[in-house]
Amino acid sequence: MTKRQTRVRTGTWWLWLMAAIWVVALYLNFIYTPDAKYLLSSERIFYVHMGSATAMTFVYGITFVASIGYLWRRRLAWDRWAAASAEVGTLLTTMVLVSGIIWGRTAWGSWWTWDPTITTTLILWVLFLGYLLLRDWTDDRERRARYASVLAIVAFFLVPLDYYAVYFLKSIHPAVITTHGVNLAPSMVLAMLVSMVAFMFLAAAWILIRLRLLAAQDYVQEIQDRVRTPLDSM
Amino acid sequence: MGRKYGAILLKDLQLEIRSKETWVAMVAFAFMVALVFGIAVNPVRVRLAPVFPGVLWVAYLFAGMLGVGRGFEQEARDDALTGLLVAPGDRLAIFLAKLTVAFVFMFTMELLVLPFMVVLLGEPMPGGILPLLAATLALGTVGFVGVGTLFAAMAANTRAGSVLLPVLLVPFSVPVLILATEATAGILGHVAPAVDPWPWLHALMAYDVVFLGLPLVLYEFIWEV
Repeated sequence: MTKRQTRVRTGTWWLWLMAAIWVVALYLNFIYTPDAKYLLSSERIFYVHMGSATAMTFVYGITFVASIGYLWRRRLAWDRWAAASAEVGTLLTTMVLVSGIIWGRTAWGSWWTWDPTITTTLILWVLFLGYLLLRDWTDDRERRARYASVLAIVAFFLVPLDYYAVYFLKSIHPAVITTHGVNLAPSMVLAMLVSMVAFMFLAAAWILIRLRLLAAQDYVQEIQDRVRTPLDSM
Repeated sequence: MGRKYGAILLKDLQLEIRSKETWVAMVAFAFMVALVFGIAVNPVRVRLAPVFPGVLWVAYLFAGMLGVGRGFEQEARDDALTGLLVAPGDRLAIFLAKLTVAFVFMFTMELLVLPFMVVLLGEPMPGGILPLLAATLALGTVGFVGVGTLFAAMAANTRAGSVLLPVLLVPFSVPVLILATEATAGILGHVAPAVDPWPWLHALMAYDVVFLGLPLVLYEFIWEV
């Protein structure tokens, strides 16, 4: 049997490291930084927003690279990376949208504006819900990996185009709200940076957990296939 | 390559001329969008002319989603696609033929529906703009069917593919919708302030190049057996 077996890892020490960073991040977000001048404490949701948005960007980057990696190398491990990062990315996008909507209501007075950045984030969210549906509805394991990779690569080229299409539309019709010129105090910058790191760790932890589950799934499938083959040939 | 392309193209067009399944459904659907819109938005209270380009493209894109999946659905019956794939000749011919068929169906539908839309939504269309308008329709359609054919080929092999296809296609229709609608509004020329259609048409051309090129690179990965 030359076929490589899927390995499933189980260590959890890094979860404690993440917990420590999160304690620091929450302290900075809620206690250390002062209230903003006009937005008061509603400004604190910005740390969640910015953190999840940064993590989201990196996570979707992983999806793109892993998708190319799969089409190139044809190892299911690449596809598991793509699947795990796409799931976590969709979750982070949801967090970005929800925190942004709540913040927009307090800061701008409206839940939603068709600003290019916001609209593109919404499109990205729909796009990756479609990606997850495609994965779910493709039964063959190898075909699922191939289709998902193709979609992720096309999607990577779409997102900037979407952004510029909406941007040009808005630049012709005067936009009610232009991009936020938030002038951050030094303590807020610190809180923001730590928040970004905390969210990156959170995303990494989620991805690792999902990777292990997906690896376990593939491993179970391998065993089932090995057991089934002699019976089917009888 | 050329012969295979021609054969598939001819087969699909002949099939459509005899069965009339796809284009009747597409035209009826686009027509109904115009009808429903005209009734739902009270035309006495709301002036329909400024929203005409938007309604036009919404009808076109949704009808297009109906049509673009058909090309591979009919091959899935009796597993005819496998026959096409193992037939001698380049597989690019299959993809290009399906893309051409999707374009022909959608573009014909657009031209057929346009007069109804103009009449129903009270669009004061000047006659001289028709060539430029037709070019805009063609550019928007190319951008849509390029990526649409790629996804239709995938959706044909998934569970509930006909549900999945619109979900995948909507995000990809956003640039087409924006660029083509603005170009159309500029050409029809009754929005204030006036819109110059050419920057939008150029952007649409750029979109077409990218999203015709990418499927041509990636289609190979869809058909591995």
